[in-house]
Amino acid sequence: MTAQLSRPRPGTAARSSAPRPKTGRRRQDHPAWFLIPAVAVLIVFFFIPTLFNFFYAFTDWSSFKTKINFAGLDNVASLLQNGSLLADLRTTLVYAVLVAVFQNLFGLILALVLEADTRINRAARVAFFVPVVMSALAVGYIFRAVLKPDGVFNAILGTITGQHVDIAWLGSTTWTIVVVSLIHAWKWMGLSMLIYLAGLKTISTDVLEAARIDGASWWRTLRAIRFPLLAPAITFNVATALLGSMNGFDIVQATTGGGPGGSTELLNIFIFRTFGQGLFAQATTMSLALFLMVTILAFPVITFLRKREDVLS
Amino acid sequence: MTVTGVPLPTTKNSPGRSAQRGNTSKRRRLLQPALAIALVALLLGIPFWLVIATAGKNQAEALNPNLAPPSQWQLLENFATVFQQGRMIPAFFGSLLIMVASVAAVLALGSMAAWILARRRGKGIAIVYALAISGIVLPPAVVTIVMLLRQLGLAGTAAGIIGVYVGMYMSTVIFFVTGFVRTIPAELEEAARVDGAKPIHIFVRIILPLLGPTIATATILICLYVWNDVFYALFVIGGRLDTLPLNLYQVASSGLYLQNWHLIFAYIILMSLPLLLTFVFMQRKIISGITSGAVK
Repeated sequence: MTAQLSRPRPGTAARSSAPRPKTGRRRQDHPAWFLIPAVAVLIVFFFIPTLFNFFYAFTDWSSFKTKINFAGLDNVASLLQNGSLLADLRTTLVYAVLVAVFQNLFGLILALVLEADTRINRAARVAFFVPVVMSALAVGYIFRAVLKPDGVFNAILGTITGQHVDIAWLGSTTWTIVVVSLIHAWKWMGLSMLIYLAGLKTISTDVLEAARIDGASWWRTLRAIRFPLLAPAITFNVATALLGSMNGFDIVQATTGGGPGGSTELLNIFIFRTFGQGLFAQATTMSLALFLMVTILAFPVITFLRKREDVLS
Repeated sequence: MTVTGVPLPTTKNSPGRSAQRGNTSKRRRLLQPALAIALVALLLGIPFWLVIATAGKNQAEALNPNLAPPSQWQLLENFATVFQQGRMIPAFFGSLLIMVASVAAVLALGSMAAWILARRRGKGIAIVYALAISGIVLPPAVVTIVMLLRQLGLAGTAAGIIGVYVGMYMSTVIFFVTGFVRTIPAELEEAARVDGAKPIHIFVRIILPLLGPTIATATILICLYVWNDVFYALFVIGGRLDTLPLNLYQVASSGLYLQNWHLIFAYIILMSLPLLLTFVFMQRKIISGITSGAVK
């Protein structure tokens, strides 16, 4: 592509004599070789590995063999047979949706509570950004301790209810996926909060004043005016939350490692585990599955969210 | 909050109603700070106090982390232990080297490309732009990256992981910067061009200085991701180079430390400090940078 772009180079000779044509001038003023380093890095470290994915997913590449042979759909078949392909796709999808919902819900609530520019609120906003700055792995280990059956969370619940509580929050094959997505949302809610705060600031005070004079309640103003006007912030937050959690690894690895019984095994956890076992082709197949899932889901989601914004203009 | 504390005149029609409204707004003014403080205490105070208290305990006390303060603080001793056993000094410099090099490279190469992509028109440019920003959405092919790095002789090296991060975040930088360059009037460049300045000079002297705020936003976000990344680091440099999150992973997952919550939490405090301090000192800039970059 770069070669094609730099091919036409008119105007060098004509420079002094005649006024250069507009396009020729443009090309020279912004030479295509500026693109080359970035494009080269993208090709080597992004596009080639992605293309490799489409090839090595259909081989028997592993650490146990010296040669790599074409294996057709063997990997897909065996991953379908042992159920991990569909189960992990489903887990990743559930995790991503739950994270997007919780992270935006918490972020929006925090933004509404801390909206006024008081000293306490400013300090609280800074405090809620601390988890965003921390390592996700560290956050995972902290909550692993908090949520132990004999941990702090159960102790607090016990004090409130006056009974002994020893719920294994990270030990349920049904509910632990919800718990880990809540942890993920806890880590990132400060970022969503900031974006929502910025979105709330852009809403004109005239509109809000008009609504107040018309006697609209706080809740009605939020639902009918502020929430629709937050569309760009929602787009950004939902899209980043979905993408971030579909590529999730750290928090789940640190809290459950994919368990119990594989019920929180995200695609990335599977890829990491199988890669460690030397089953490179299977890991690649899962990596391809993740790639395809994100490609198939991301574009419609972003288009849908953008459409919602268009209604406003 | 939008209901400001207007002293409502008691109209004759509905005295009860307006009195109620006056009360709610007053209550809300008192309630809001209380709610803010309660949220901070519950959602952040409890987990963070748990980390600090546990990191100050000895192993027996820390066996089951709870909110009780340690009978005897030994925070510094625990810090010293993990400092040595977690190889914190090489890990810190490993993390720093990888972060600084990746961020510098991705910003320099990304803004160069973004300038051209923003200024030139045509089908070719549109295609290059679409491909260049596709990485914002598409996940990197982590397994085959390792294979490619092996073929290039970069597996397990700092150069390898830096290349991976630069490739991963190039799209983000190009997207942010291209959008911003389009808002810079081309006339600014023309003036210098008439004086005979070369493209590289125009880029360095005119465009680059104007990119400050946008680049700052991208820098903050990419620094956060690179400094804290463990997933890609595990694949590319796991076991061969030290970084802070990699060493935390080793400290925490090795059987030796399984019951050593005091050491895990001491490590977490130490590894979080560099970014935390940077954030606290620059919070105003960081927060305004992120918010101005996102909602557009």
